[in-house]
Amino acid sequence: MRVSIDSSVCIGSGMCALTAPSVFDQDDEGYGTVRPGRADGAGDPLVKEAVRACPVQAVRLDED
Amino acid sequence: MTVTDSHRSAPATPVFPQDRTCPYDPPPAYPELAAQGPLSRMSLYDGREVWFVTGHAEARALLADPRLSSDRHRPEFPVVLPAAEKQAETDPVPLVSVDDPEHARQRRMLIRYFSHKRITALRPFIQSTVDRLIDAMLAAGNEAELVSAFALPVPSMVICELLGVPYADHDFFEGCSRRLLSAGTSDEVIAARDELLDYLGGLVDEGRAAEGGLLAEVAAEHIATGGTDREELRNIALILLVAGHETTANMISLGTYVLLRHPEQLAALRADPALLPGAVEELLRHLSIADGMVRLATEDIEIAGHTIRAGEGVLFPTSVINRDATVYEDPDRLDVRRTARHHVAFGHGVHQCLGQNLARAEMEIAFSALLTRIPGLRLAVAPEEVSFKPGTTIQGLYTLPVAW
Repeated sequence: MRVSIDSSVCIGSGMCALTAPSVFDQDDEGYGTVRPGRADGAGDPLVKEAVRACPVQAVRLDED
Repeated sequence: MTVTDSHRSAPATPVFPQDRTCPYDPPPAYPELAAQGPLSRMSLYDGREVWFVTGHAEARALLADPRLSSDRHRPEFPVVLPAAEKQAETDPVPLVSVDDPEHARQRRMLIRYFSHKRITALRPFIQSTVDRLIDAMLAAGNEAELVSAFALPVPSMVICELLGVPYADHDFFEGCSRRLLSAGTSDEVIAARDELLDYLGGLVDEGRAAEGGLLAEVAAEHIATGGTDREELRNIALILLVAGHETTANMISLGTYVLLRHPEQLAALRADPALLPGAVEELLRHLSIADGMVRLATEDIEIAGHTIRAGEGVLFPTSVINRDATVYEDPDRLDVRRTARHHVAFGHGVHQCLGQNLARAEMEIAFSALLTRIPGLRLAVAPEEVSFKPGTTIQGLYTLPVAW
């Protein structure tokens, strides 16, 4: 599994970081980021909820 | 379909907006329409028929669909209230009534001021504001009117801090805000708006806005480069004030009211403060105070077996969308223990509330302080005597007399 954020789509709602804070964060500009070393989703079941919570579908989840 | 075709002289469908009969439940006509399917038809005051989207999945898909416009200056944009026709003739409202790419340009200048980090940094200010207001309530006796003593001042003081309104001007600023947000005559409201816009423009021009606040920072970063100008920035400041003020105030007062009417839920929250963040989501879902987002289809859209034609209006009644039984079990029940995520109380798509994480922090701190510092909090009048707002505005209470 590979988690990524399409920064051209992100509106900085912070929903990913609110929903799955172990995997997602926001950069200094407020845009969503994947925490270093957590691009594999870190086994967190909330990652899928974060994908759904994103208001603009900027969070991508690619299954290996 | 043209605008003329969509106007009907004798509407056979209910007219939007309807008034609630209970301040925290949807108007009875909305769930009746929802029972017809995820999309139904609703009339507007002028006889025009529009789509009424009540299905949760359909609402989320449509609110995120760029073929639906928020640009209320388009001639076909549905007009929900007669007063909105006047407003549409005046300046464009930044963020709220513009589409991408204009909307994205405006929003990108502001995103960082509402990030989790910024809001976390604001928490001590919010906490001290809330504590001071409660100190004053407790010092004044054993009863208070919670809207004016607490629910309105909290967001008002917080937005002053966030924008960087100098402390000496807070009283003036709050006075104007009150008049702007009051249900006064439109002349009074317009006068208050103009006074605030003059004031905000002055802050930007004279560099008087507090350092580190949004106004001073955005002005310094974006006016010289042409990213924005004084006119747009003061309009942005005004919409941030309006959008962040009454909504949060109504959530605090109506949220307190609904908790006082559900003592078992209140007791659960008092017993386990860790429930609070989830309870805030549940209150957002259950109360759905911004109950009717409006959009215009700019292209034909196929959804749930229907075709929304270009030029047709689309309404999103959040109070029923957030009670879709396929998503939330026993949806009419207030349950602070449930997982209420994926509600659309803040909207969905690119226009989702910019200040949502600030609102969450304000509510969490406000409810926490009310519950812990005033353990005997109760309604000072019979529940049915509490007067609440009509369907034409953000839902909430006019006053909330409480005692302890």
